[in-house]
Amino acid sequence: MPLIETLARMEAAAAGAARPLTTVRHRHLSDRPLVCVPLTTAGEAGAPLGALVGTDRERPLLLTVAQPRDRDLRFAFLAELADAVLPYLDGFADAVGHEERKETDPETGRKVTVQVELCADAPQLIVPSTAGAAYMRLLGRSTRFRRTAEQDPEAPYPAPPRVPLLGRWLTHLGERARVPGSCLLLPMTELLTRHWATGQSALEDQHLGALLAWIDPPDGHSGRTAAEHAESARDADGILRCPPAGPATDPAFDNTLLAPAMARYDAGVPGAAEELRELIGGQLRPTWDAVWRGYDLLRALPPGGHVADRWKRDRWSYTAHRDRVRAGEPPQPRRDDAVTAARKLASRETAQAQLDAQEALDDPLVMAGRRLAGEAFAGEVTAVEEAFSDGPRPMPRPLVTLRTTDTPLLTDGARLHRPLPDGKAQSAVFVAYGEGAAGSLTVRLTGGMGRGKVPAPGSVPEPGETVCWTLFEHAPRGGPQLPEPEDTPWTHGGPPASAPEGDTPDPTTPEDFL
Amino acid sequence: MNVFRDSPPAADAVPSARPTPSPSLRRRLTELRGPGIHPRALDARALAALAANPGCRRRALLDGAGVDKAALAQALGSPAGHGQSRFALARGNSFEARVKADGGAELLRLLHARLPSGTPAPEEGEVAAPELTAAGPEGRAARTALALREATAAGGWTLLDHPLLAVDVAGSPAYVEPDAVVVRPDGVWTVVEIKSFPMIDGAADAAKVGAAARQAAVYVHALEGVAAQVTAHGEGPARVGERVLLVCPQDFSNLPTAAAVDIRKQLATTRRQLARLTRVEEIAAALPPDTTFDLRLTDDGRTATRPADELADAVETVDAAYAPECLAACELAFHCRARSREQGAVESLGRGVRGELGSLRTIEEVLAAAGAPTADAPGCGAQPAAPEHTPTDPGPDPDDPDDDADPALAALRRAARLRAEALAAAAPPVPVPRTAPGAEDPVCR
Amino acid sequence: MTGAPWTSPAAPGPGGTEPFDPGAAATAATDAILHDTLHGTRPGVVVDSPPGAGKSTLVVRAARELAAAGHPLMIVAQTNAQVDDLVLRLAEKDPGLPVGRLHGSEAGTVDPALAALPEVRASAKIGDLAGMDVVVSTAAKWAHTKVEEGWRHAIVDEAYQMRSDTLLAVAGLFERALFVGDPGQLDPFSVVGAEQWAGLAYDPSASAVATLLAHNPDLPQHRLPVSWRLPASAAPLVSDAFYPFTRFRSGTGPGDRSLAFGTAGDGSGVDRVLDEAAASGWGLLELPARHTPRTDPEAVRAVALVVRRLLDRGTVATSERGPGPEPVTAARIAVGTAHRDQAAAVRAALAELGVGGVVVDTANRLQGREYDVTVVLHPLSGRPDATAFHLETGRLCVLASRHRHACVVVCRAGVAELLDEHPSTDPVQLGVTVKFPDGWEAHHAVLARLAEHRVGWRP
Repeated sequence: MPLIETLARMEAAAAGAARPLTTVRHRHLSDRPLVCVPLTTAGEAGAPLGALVGTDRERPLLLTVAQPRDRDLRFAFLAELADAVLPYLDGFADAVGHEERKETDPETGRKVTVQVELCADAPQLIVPSTAGAAYMRLLGRSTRFRRTAEQDPEAPYPAPPRVPLLGRWLTHLGERARVPGSCLLLPMTELLTRHWATGQSALEDQHLGALLAWIDPPDGHSGRTAAEHAESARDADGILRCPPAGPATDPAFDNTLLAPAMARYDAGVPGAAEELRELIGGQLRPTWDAVWRGYDLLRALPPGGHVADRWKRDRWSYTAHRDRVRAGEPPQPRRDDAVTAARKLASRETAQAQLDAQEALDDPLVMAGRRLAGEAFAGEVTAVEEAFSDGPRPMPRPLVTLRTTDTPLLTDGARLHRPLPDGKAQSAVFVAYGEGAAGSLTVRLTGGMGRGKVPAPGSVPEPGETVCWTLFEHAPRGGPQLPEPEDTPWTHGGPPASAPEGDTPDPTTPEDFL
Repeated sequence: MNVFRDSPPAADAVPSARPTPSPSLRRRLTELRGPGIHPRALDARALAALAANPGCRRRALLDGAGVDKAALAQALGSPAGHGQSRFALARGNSFEARVKADGGAELLRLLHARLPSGTPAPEEGEVAAPELTAAGPEGRAARTALALREATAAGGWTLLDHPLLAVDVAGSPAYVEPDAVVVRPDGVWTVVEIKSFPMIDGAADAAKVGAAARQAAVYVHALEGVAAQVTAHGEGPARVGERVLLVCPQDFSNLPTAAAVDIRKQLATTRRQLARLTRVEEIAAALPPDTTFDLRLTDDGRTATRPADELADAVETVDAAYAPECLAACELAFHCRARSREQGAVESLGRGVRGELGSLRTIEEVLAAAGAPTADAPGCGAQPAAPEHTPTDPGPDPDDPDDDADPALAALRRAARLRAEALAAAAPPVPVPRTAPGAEDPVCR
Repeated sequence: MTGAPWTSPAAPGPGGTEPFDPGAAATAATDAILHDTLHGTRPGVVVDSPPGAGKSTLVVRAARELAAAGHPLMIVAQTNAQVDDLVLRLAEKDPGLPVGRLHGSEAGTVDPALAALPEVRASAKIGDLAGMDVVVSTAAKWAHTKVEEGWRHAIVDEAYQMRSDTLLAVAGLFERALFVGDPGQLDPFSVVGAEQWAGLAYDPSASAVATLLAHNPDLPQHRLPVSWRLPASAAPLVSDAFYPFTRFRSGTGPGDRSLAFGTAGDGSGVDRVLDEAAASGWGLLELPARHTPRTDPEAVRAVALVVRRLLDRGTVATSERGPGPEPVTAARIAVGTAHRDQAAAVRAALAELGVGGVVVDTANRLQGREYDVTVVLHPLSGRPDATAFHLETGRLCVLASRHRHACVVVCRAGVAELLDEHPSTDPVQLGVTVKFPDGWEAHHAVLARLAEHRVGWRP
């Protein structure tokens, strides 16, 4: 953990309430997110027990499975979930704008500019925790290869019509969520821990109730006591007073309440289904409210400057998947081929570098952490000396000396970057530490001054001005140029088999739990 | 899984490399548990968990003495939340039964498919399945050792269903029970671990596989003792495979699939941690003479009558090395956490925070060194208390060059200054709309 | 995917007591490698090279023989410094060989020394280098290079430090390749999670060699059996601790190298550890146990003092390379650390003691380099906990295998206990080949050996 965050946690522990880690909000929050709180059956892979889902915090839709061993009930649940989720996802598909993009013309091989659609907004699915996000991914995996009766009249256990489509969307959202800074699918715990430091460990922060207790302690309680209450207080029957945020249930709840109720349902006791519905709903509702409370806390923070840029990438991602679905492409394969895996990794590494840079540029508190780590430094300009490059056409390369109390880890000729008012970055190289005066160092500007023989006005800092240089790039690009999958070289097993396994359904057995 | 412990060693089954504990230690450990209290069995899971926090002397002593930590935690007023859902148990049992149906034919097929190609497959009806029942754990362990010896000498395929193995734990035998062991015609013994978490598209939850590997390493370690004796008796070269067979449900089905898991790393750890358990004697010797963790149970054997604060004092006589990871691995963790938080130990925020703090051990020391505000008003609200108030004790003088010589102090002071500057420069935070009160429970809304 | 194949690890290599002729063993290995490279039927050849086993010499020789046989080739290295180094070595061995140095568009990426070489042409455009016998560049640059027609032959250097996805990007440029690297050094890594591909043969975050061999298990695999760098005092330890399945030997015998001082020691801990290192090849300067921040001032100062005394005492080194003792100058000494801020602190401490010209760097940057004497700040010194970073086998291996004569380790007491108390709860990914021995075991092995050369010191 970076020292500056450790310090914030200690301040929080001493104060009994969370402390900010940022001064702005670094993630896009939709005006109308879809919240989904899932619960699963213990011991089963992807046998849902229930969910609360919806965009209206006052009126969530409660879905429950009275007997998770009953395939029909599970399918009914998934069909209802699809009916709740797909219209929301589709709701962003038709409001589009147009953007220009370079594409390679398949006939001429030339780069040409084409007009493409970009959805004006995109859906945002919020789940309570990282485990919840993983569960969405799991549901996506378990349903996207199902066959409906329409697709395959011979399918032994046909899935309800829209369930495979739900699986493809959940898979897409789940994969997108692995891209640093992306916001199509967000776990609330991750959102909150990005913005606040609690007085407990990162491990304990995974508990949404405890996390919120630190960030927004109830009147008269310290974050610590409230968090301890949230995670472990039990009633006389040993049931947690604050149910866990799922998808796993509390074993005591399973054994004491759920199992007997299910037994009554199996025995056909009248009212048992309603009783189960109430039980499961009772476990879900506190988490539902907690997610919305977190949403309110985050909405109160002003958005960071680059948040909209990153959300635009999410809109591209959404638009692209919309197009794939419309084009009738098969579901995403079970495992990526070599080229797809490498492409994803490259794009995520680039996204991580961009996110790290943008958060620092948007937020002096994040930048403070980078300065402490020796990755940036700020100081007051003490002198500017005119200088020019060698060569036939000398260009301005002024020397800027500043005084700083930061201790950047500079090596000779280190490249530096500084944001200019127009959002572009100015480049420089480190020249030397000053003689005598401690904390004095000189850099040579190498760009961002226009193309003229004199620097563009305002592009060279003046004595007395405070500047902040970073050792990291502001708009890092990256990733090697990768071949097309059909050109996969021998070192990586050659081109993947032409018929992807993507369309084959999973094996099933009569007693399967999904 | 049934496990037993602290019975007289069975002559053939127990590796006799280490001396049995001295009578004085045995007496001391009995005193620590309390008169008449049987030591709690250490199963493979518990033995594997020794590696979860080997630096904790409290845990080493309590486990070494066979103290029931769950009951102790309950009596201390900090019960553990550990427990298993009956749905998960039922699923685990039904899956294991399915894997072992038909004399383990499916299990052997899974194993054979992961052997080098060319290995002859076991024919139907060719797999021996010896009866392993016997009276008492030492009898069962001896029966298992005999079956292993015979199977190795016979040179065919043998499936041992729930064999019982003895492990030497600080001089006393503990008994562990793998799901199955397969003896191959080439004399290699393979541990089989059956779990009910799924392998989806060939991948499984890495934390769960890791736990299974550590548990399997305990079985492999126990088997090695038997294998050494079989080889020493000249009954064939017996070798324990360093890869175990992990069997799990495939994807979302009930069909089993399997993977070979290399457990050499976990085995090295297990050996080392078991060897270190002998320090229980040294820890016990350092306790005040009358220390005991006796709960003074009533006659029903359930209700503790010993006052919690007296117990807490006893527990406090041996140091814990609490870290948040303990919460998932030790029944006493909630108690240790409360103590750690009361003391303001930096580890209560995570093991990783210590790296840059040098010799500073408490939150108070760190904040004082940083010159940061040490507000202690509980419940002071959601929003940043930017350090507008200077603390009464500013901590070390920022200009004192001696302090700057300690890089931990210097870094902390810079961190606090940079943080305060950035927060002060930011726009004043927008007040948070509080959700309407009125929920039944003031805390859990 | 069903996990790793169910076979035992490879049998140990040489290490017995039979008479061993290092020169003959190395020549035999090189001949076999060159034969497979020039005349083999498989598209790839993999060579494992332990520290100082003559990897660069092999690459230069293979390149020259391929070129001489009428096969133009491309060479892939990982950093610009490695590329420049290879070009200089090629030109030194064969000044008439036309060599292209393909570089990036940013200024200052190429060593100015290349400009003085008549047959070397440097350019940012591959078109300018057409017809050159050998073209050398970094993997990153090759990954953005498009050519009409690729090469029949390639050499990939430092292949174990190259990531699988980088190989994927460049492998389309050649038909067959010689992959050379050191499996014991630091593995490549990714700053974002790549767990979802763990266990796949082509996991993009794995090493290039791991992917290559997973898809082509029948490729000929060789290893260079002799370290010419490590002295007889170091090779057995490094081989046992880091290469238990592919052992190697030292090219020199116990008496072939020696260190001597112009002035006798003053009895201080620093001088005593230097005497110990001169006599045995290893020295451990142990400071009292204490939890410290990474830039532990006492340990940092101790490192600087060791270097200072090494220079002050007129240290000379005798080796098989020269007829007589050669002075151990600042340029022949390096300091290795785990972290960059530690390196910066040591540099500052050296400057305070008036020492200049000594390389101080992290393990990552010391990979592939060689010195007479190294001074190492132990990665676990003063730490309250061990992390995966500090336990990484490759990091310790790099730090313990840069020296030709002696290595002095500076460390706080208590590391063995720290290792014993390290929680072992690592997750396990199915299908991922386990790296063995792990860092925890390797650290114990190295510590046990260092303990035999311990000099306690209270600064």
